[in-house]
Amino acid sequence: MILGFLNLTWPVFADALALGGIYALMAVGIGLVFGVLRLVNFAYGQLIMAGAFALAYGAQWGLPNWVSILFCFGVVLALSVLMDRLVFRPLRTHSPAVMLVATFAVAFLLQNIALLAFGSLGKTAGALAQLQAPWDIGGVFIRKIAIIAITTAAGCLALLQLLLTRTPVGLHMRAAAMDFRTARILGVRANRVIGVAVLLSGLLAAVSAVLLTVEQTQVTYTFALPETIVVLAGVVVGGLNRPVPATLGGFAIGFAYGLLGGILPTNQSQYLNSFIFAAVIVVLLVRPSGLFTRAGGSVERV
Amino acid sequence: MTLRRLAEILVPAALVVATALLGLVVSSYLQAYFLDTLIKVSIVVALYVFIGNSGVLSFGTISFVALGAWTAGVLTVPEEQKRITMPGLAHVLVTTNVGNYTSLALAAAVGAAAAVAAGLPLMRLSGLAAGIATFAVLEITNNVLTYEQRIGPGLNAFSGVPQTTGIWQAAIGGLICVAFAYAYQRTRFGRMTRATREDPAAARASGISIYRQRLLAFALSGALAGFAGGLYVHLQPLQVNGLYLDLTFITLAMLVVGGSGSLLGAVVGALAVNGIYSFFSAATNGVDIFGWNLTVPSGTAEIVLGVLMTVVLILRPNGITGGREFSLPRRRRPVADLEKARVPT
Repeated sequence: MILGFLNLTWPVFADALALGGIYALMAVGIGLVFGVLRLVNFAYGQLIMAGAFALAYGAQWGLPNWVSILFCFGVVLALSVLMDRLVFRPLRTHSPAVMLVATFAVAFLLQNIALLAFGSLGKTAGALAQLQAPWDIGGVFIRKIAIIAITTAAGCLALLQLLLTRTPVGLHMRAAAMDFRTARILGVRANRVIGVAVLLSGLLAAVSAVLLTVEQTQVTYTFALPETIVVLAGVVVGGLNRPVPATLGGFAIGFAYGLLGGILPTNQSQYLNSFIFAAVIVVLLVRPSGLFTRAGGSVERV
Repeated sequence: MTLRRLAEILVPAALVVATALLGLVVSSYLQAYFLDTLIKVSIVVALYVFIGNSGVLSFGTISFVALGAWTAGVLTVPEEQKRITMPGLAHVLVTTNVGNYTSLALAAAVGAAAAVAAGLPLMRLSGLAAGIATFAVLEITNNVLTYEQRIGPGLNAFSGVPQTTGIWQAAIGGLICVAFAYAYQRTRFGRMTRATREDPAAARASGISIYRQRLLAFALSGALAGFAGGLYVHLQPLQVNGLYLDLTFITLAMLVVGGSGSLLGAVVGALAVNGIYSFFSAATNGVDIFGWNLTVPSGTAEIVLGVLMTVVLILRPNGITGGREFSLPRRRRPVADLEKARVPT
């Protein structure tokens, strides 16, 4: 126990870290696409939902776990590429507000397609539920999923950081995020960086889908929607322009959520959303361009 | 006012009246759809007052609709019924009861007050930060109304609210919203807000306080939204989740499809989108079109709406009306094109 009087135990702390990790993955997925397209993808949660449904079908068909996870990756990647081609590409030249409303429309559309196809009760993805069982680490029982989520998130983020800083395409993506027009003039191929960003963002959505279904085995059409709203707030609070601040913002809001949800009694934790979003408003007022960005940097573009 | 100016207000008003008249002649089963459409017109016009004039996206306006609905609902349910359906209600709210019109006025007042309270800090923000911050307002309102039993029914539906919103109240309510929106955009305040939309730097250089003008627009938008919420709760038993993301999406879709730059766009968008939406909703129970029976699975209406909105955004990002008011033919004035004015980077 770290702070016994607050009910803050190691398992709660680990769960909060894990939630922060998952939210960080979602945040960087949203941030990558924003970097190259200046588009806040409200429909990101629906990509995760599609992945979760793929896992549920995998479980229903009795596929081995690794096959259903592959299936989940396939579905999410296909859907994100499709989304880019059909909606984002034609809208690329429009204002950020129009694009945000458009992704709102796509989210609403996908959600209702899922409702129509899978019903309001959804499906069960229980194949990975045994990961909720705890591990005994020196007398402290920590759920396996918490450790897996933390290590997976850390691994993915480290790989992504390597990709962004050590490879040519990563350099191109960072250049495009900084100034798309100049980057194009200097020979960065627009469609290629956007394609890579969309794929990476889809990969991260698929990883998040796998991690989220362990906890929420009942997959419905609103799967990952509340999480996406919170992550979006976290991303904007952290600073959308660069991957690292966006990730930190996502992690911070996920960690705060997990921690407060774990230590507050029910009659207070039901107002957790209000606390968190009030904090979001306060941060936006103090640092409109993001908490983890350098102040007085580039001109605000959104 | 010249004939030309008169047409700008008369055409949207006539559309509202025509909808109401159509609603009078159809069967009472279909009339529900027309009533719903008229309420949506009020909500979308309330959205338009802020989003259309200021050009800033707000996801928070539906929270003022919800607050207005809660105000008008709580104050008009008969006292003995309140004790049964809302046992946790604060004492002063249990014993206070007002009539239909007072409840609507109070709903508008509460909407305006909430908008001012939210707008005082938030109107400094613009762009994406404003979008997310207004979203936070929606989240907080939804969260509080869901769990706070002292001010309303919580997660339960409002039951026992006198159903005073008939076709006339809905139509007159819609006309009031249209009239206020038009009056506002013709005043110097409305013009100043539109100036900040077209070119913030030039507006500021001309001595316009962007913050103050946006706050005023937000307050009026909140008042109309609260009023519309009052009308809504007098129409049907509302639930807190009916005044959340889906309603936000549908009303935004209406505004964008119609064209967020003009009052005409708001009204046309609400009528067109809700017309299509209602048609497919009705078709889940089967409709006859020239003797051909069409039955669609439930949920089709939402999917059609999502596709429609995406397609309109791609093909006509300024909406059906292109953000222009109704103008009589001859001597067309060029209207600044929002999309061209804002060069994307």
